[in-house]
Amino acid sequence: MERDNIETENIDPEFVDALVEAGADRIRTCIQCGTCSSVCPSGRRTAFRTRELMRKAVLGLKDEVLSSSDLWLCATCLTCLERCPRQIRTTDAIIIMRNMAVEEGYMLPPHRKTAKKLLQTGHAVPLDDANQEMRKELEMDEVPPTVHSHPDALDEVKRIMEKTGFKKLIEEEVEG
Amino acid sequence: MTETQTYSFFLGCVMPNRFPNIEKSIRIVMPELGIVLEDLEGASCCPAPGVIRSFDEPTWLALASRNLALAEKAGHDIITGCNGCYGTFKEALHSVHEHPERLKEVQKILKDVGYKYKATSDAKHVVEIIYEKGTEAIKALVKRPLTGIKVAVHYGCHLLKPSKLRPWEQKQKHTFLDEIVEATGAESVKYKDKFTCCGAGGGVRASNATVSVDIAKEKLENVQDAEADCILDACSFCHLQFEASQMQLNKEMGEHKYQIPVIYLTQLIGLALGLDPDDLGLDKHVISTQSFLDKVLG
Repeated sequence: MERDNIETENIDPEFVDALVEAGADRIRTCIQCGTCSSVCPSGRRTAFRTRELMRKAVLGLKDEVLSSSDLWLCATCLTCLERCPRQIRTTDAIIIMRNMAVEEGYMLPPHRKTAKKLLQTGHAVPLDDANQEMRKELEMDEVPPTVHSHPDALDEVKRIMEKTGFKKLIEEEVEG
Repeated sequence: MTETQTYSFFLGCVMPNRFPNIEKSIRIVMPELGIVLEDLEGASCCPAPGVIRSFDEPTWLALASRNLALAEKAGHDIITGCNGCYGTFKEALHSVHEHPERLKEVQKILKDVGYKYKATSDAKHVVEIIYEKGTEAIKALVKRPLTGIKVAVHYGCHLLKPSKLRPWEQKQKHTFLDEIVEATGAESVKYKDKFTCCGAGGGVRASNATVSVDIAKEKLENVQDAEADCILDACSFCHLQFEASQMQLNKEMGEHKYQIPVIYLTQLIGLALGLDPDDLGLDKHVISTQSFLDKVLG
């Protein structure tokens, strides 16, 4: 019988330190009670288990955690964060891990597409023709008074995304 | 804030660009309640807490702070009708208030594009300001009582959580939105798992549509079981989720099982105030609101 052994070489002891440093400060206190998984709407219909994710994170199984697409099944409803008896900010921990995953190059294609729209238009969901028409029918400004109507404002937003490295982060990877 | 009732109206993405009918209802109903909305010219995406915060927190924080800086410049608090945008601003403010070094970093970035930022403008939700006005004030304005209308209230997540960073006195089993709904004369019905997520957030709708729509489906079925006349939300992204998921489910199954009108809070209040349904954009829904309107207009 084959077993899923945890190889020592797969354990990165610095991983949990990095998570704590980034704000998941109580993650080490996890008692694996499973409250997080029991209230998770995604876990109710998929194999995603927040408890397992927390355990793997504490163990330091960095690559396994960051490369798994399960990390992206959290709808950030924050119920687990509210209910955790150890007051671990589980949702924040997941967001921190997602940031790390993206830094390692793990991005789901639809998310990269959303990020690109933000880079190009200043909106993750930009205006389209049908809705421009609907705005007109509703007797509102055809184009909303956002960056969509202010090219100079869009330029500011783009400059900010260049400064923070977001543009490079999204554009440098090969299309996945 | 009692000294001013003017707010910088933050639109976000989904509301102006996918559901302008909701935007219209907010724009016409809030002044009826004595709340002045000033456009936040040049605002961008909040940015989205699901994808953008998950991708790069410093970028998320810098762009959120720019939007807040626009409101600060206007001298108002920011107001939003989307739980996601609300969450972004509340969490972004908390982040810079708790971590002075992050505030400095953000100030440096914003200074380069011409902004002074002190993180002094707060973020408010449309619901929060309506509730501050008080249910008695709403009752006094009702011209068309929504008697006999059964409403399934959906709060969404980021309006309520993380509870430590939200203004509500209670941490769970909230009633404020039900109280507003009942001030219109309608009945807020009990239904199973009322406080669960719509399933759209966290980037799940974009990347895992099946899971996302299935979460919405469970909620919609619970609403059907309660025999509600509509599901009521106060978030443009939850609104998109309920409208679009019903259409997707009907298409997948080749039937018309899911026909629950999805009503935004200010549309319901607007009806109770006697406003015209078309002015409230109720003729521009994905799922027809006719059955609901027939009952309201009797």
